[in-house]
Parts: sequence; C-alpha cells; structure tokens
Amino acid sequence: MSLTEERVEAPVHHFDPDSAWRVHPLVALRDESFGALAYHYGTRRLLFLKSPTLVDLVSSLDRYASATAAMEAIVPAPERPRYCRALARLAASEVIDAR
Amino acid sequence: MPAERVPLRRQFTRGLDAPICLTWELTYACNLACVHCLSSSGRRDPGELKPAEARHVIDELAGMKVFYVNIGGGEPMLRPDFFDLVGYAIDRKVGVKFSTNGTRMTAEKARRLSEMDYVDVQVSIDGALASTNDAVRGEGSFAAARAAMDHLAAANFGRFKISVVVTRHNATQLDAFAGMAESYGAQLRLTRFRPSGRGADTWGELHPTADQQRMLYRWLRDHPEVLTGDSFFHLSALGEPLDGLNLCGAGRVVCLIDPVGDVYACPFVIDREFLAGNVRDRGGFAGVWRHSDLFASLREPQSAGACATCGSYDACQGGCMAAKFFTGLPLDGPDPECVFGHGAEALAARPAGVIPPPALGHSKVDARGMPVPVPTPVRFRSPVRV
Repeated sequence: MSLTEERVEAPVHHFDPDSAWRVHPLVALRDESFGALAYHYGTRRLLFLKSPTLVDLVSSLDRYASATAAMEAIVPAPERPRYCRALARLAASEVIDAR
Repeated sequence: MPAERVPLRRQFTRGLDAPICLTWELTYACNLACVHCLSSSGRRDPGELKPAEARHVIDELAGMKVFYVNIGGGEPMLRPDFFDLVGYAIDRKVGVKFSTNGTRMTAEKARRLSEMDYVDVQVSIDGALASTNDAVRGEGSFAAARAAMDHLAAANFGRFKISVVVTRHNATQLDAFAGMAESYGAQLRLTRFRPSGRGADTWGELHPTADQQRMLYRWLRDHPEVLTGDSFFHLSALGEPLDGLNLCGAGRVVCLIDPVGDVYACPFVIDREFLAGNVRDRGGFAGVWRHSDLFASLREPQSAGACATCGSYDACQGGCMAAKFFTGLPLDGPDPECVFGHGAEALAARPAGVIPPPALGHSKVDARGMPVPVPTPVRFRSPVRV
C-alpha cells in the first residue's frame, strides 16, 4: 500500500544554517512516538522525522533568527552537526524553507 | 539518525494511532466490469454511506491528521456528491487522490479538478494497446481512458497519474506505458495484480509469469520515478530492495473503508475474515482503527512460518496477505508469487477446498440473479511487444 510513493526530485538546494528558516507553509506535521510524519501538500511527499528533538527543532525554527541559533537552544552541542545535516536534507525536500 | 529515508518498519508494523493514508471506496456502482476488479464492483449498494455520513468520516480523518485519502470504487465519479465530498475533504486539509476509469471525465470536470488544490487524479488503463486493455476492462474502455487523459492534459491539470495493474499480457508493454505517461507529462503508477474480488477468478490466467516478475523487478529498479504504492515488495527478495517501506501496512498504517462504511485491513481483503468494524459503530472510524481486535492482532509480531528458514524473509516479509488468502495459502508461508518458486510449490500442493469461495460481491446480476458475464481473458492472443 501507498506509503512513500511520492518521489519528487528534490531541487539542488544550498542550506545556509545562518539564515532564518521555517516549516514550509504547505507542510503538515503529525506527532508520532518516533518523531513525526511530515507531509508536503505541494510536492505530495511524505517524510519521517525520526527523533522528537528533530521535531522540536523544526517546529521552533521560526522563533529563532537562524537555524544555528535554534540548534544552539535545542540540540546538545555534540549532536549539532548531525542535526544540521538533517535540516539540510529537509530543506532539499522543501519541508523547511528560508523565510 | 534523524534522517528521513531509514526504514521505520519496526514502528510501523506495531501500528500508529492513525493511518498514514487509507483507501476509501466511495461506491460499489461501476459502469465497467473489469475482470480483475478487486472489489467485485458493479451494483450500487443500498446501504452506501449517505452524504452526511461521508462528511462525518472526513471530519474524523481530519481530526486524526490523516494527510490524504485514496478514493476509489466502483467508479467514484458516479457518486452524485463526488465533487462535494472532494471539496469538503480538501477544505479540511485531507488531500484526495482518486482513481477513475475516466468514463465520466468531461472537459468541464477536468477543468474543475485542475482548479482544486490537493487533488490527484489517476486514470486506470491496463494495456498500452486498446486490444490488451479492453480484454480486461471492457470494450471501449481504452478510448474512454485516453479521452480522460486528453481532457486532463487540455485543462492543464498537471501531473496526473496513469495507473496500470501489471498482468501477463501488459508486462511486455512497460516501456510503452512509460512513453504514454511522458507524452502527457503524467506519472506512471504500476500496481500488483492480486487475486481479490473478481481477480480471484482470473488470477491464474492473468498474473505475470515468474520470468515477467524478474523482468519487472529489473525494470522498476531502472525506473525509480515510477510509482508502485509499495505493492511489489515481494520482489525485493531478488536483490536490492525496491523503493518504499517494503512492508505490509494492512491494519498497521493503512486500511480500507468500503462504500457501506465497513473497515477492512486493506483494499485487497474485502472478506469477513479481515473486517475490523464499521464507521457507523459507536466509536466511529477512530474507534475501529484503535480498538478492533483484528487490527490489534495484525500489530502483533507475525510468524514467518514456512518462510522462517529462507534467507530472504527480511526482504520480502513473506509477501502479500491478500494474495495468500485468496489463493488458499497459509498466511504464515510464501506468497503465491514468491520469486524463489516456493509459492508455486505451495499452490501445487494445496489440498482441495482451501480456496475461499468466490464472493459475488457487487458484480452485476441478471434477472435470475446470475452474474452478468464479464469479458474473459481467454480471447487473448499471445502478448504483443510494443
């Protein structure tokens, strides 16, 4: 059955952690025990956010001046490179976009 | 790792509080009589959900944050309130993907659909040639589907989908289907033929051969842009997994709501054995999803049974529950189309009487209550390569 069937070629996207980001206005998040489901109503793409911290981070982006500032507030220092890469992937699939 | 592409199979097999998506057959009424119809559609059921009941289901789905619903039938466009329900759903952020045979897709309706956000259309066609298609879907159905595609393209609908059930006779036409999709700027979607509904009667003649299955696997690996609804995960035993979660989501992350509100584990198991409840029950759809005994049992760890000793069980998960059930094979054993031939052996060794009796379902009947003949695949000549 249909789960991840929507495959849209993600545009090549430069992720700048020092600029301001937000959840894309066409994306809905649904909390789950493992993190959240994210659905993009524009690309029709379903993605999985595989940690509650990532869900916190993504949902909080619009309250910080930059993704870096959000990570400093939410993610333990040693984990930040990993989360930065995750944000870059989410930017590439348009789950988050620059504001 | 907080990435998004790592399989979440384990969490998903235990079930979620709400389905990720579900199929909703809006009506059993259909103006075609395809020989492989998974829901044995034809006659409208007098107990069909009333418009207000259907809207209540949508309210529930919106409350559960179900992002989208796959609408089918029967032919969903035959429901008089079809556009009302689609509009009601998308207003509540429940996206709609609907399947149609295309017969009711006029230029005006195509324009109307192209103005709606969050609506995807998939037009069913089962042959790249009219002869291949019409032998399965009925005379004139190829022309009707192509006309619907022309209307959608003319209305600038965008990337609609062309939906093909892979059979023995169209498995040689995959490149032609891809070409058809490209010519419309559409997306090709291939799904697996299951022996469900009237498909139980035709599966033996129509399901792809073992060689075709291997060819299909390679073709899908070479064409990752082709959608499959995760339906070919049994082929993942051939090597690198196909795209998708590669699991049976029945009752765990997907389910079916049928036209009378019955909730089944998946669209391919319309049988009492897999009936979880009804949306008209006291707890509504959410109550069925969260508390039905059937779904609870599907969310328990499943036995690999006879497949436990096969090194590929992790890859194929024993295949499709519906395919096993309707061919009379044990659910904890190989899929009838197991790529290593274990299913073919099991089919050959079936004791008499294990195949569930074919349900008449909602197939059209004559004045004596006998099923109206549907086109038989017997008149096929050898498959044509196009």
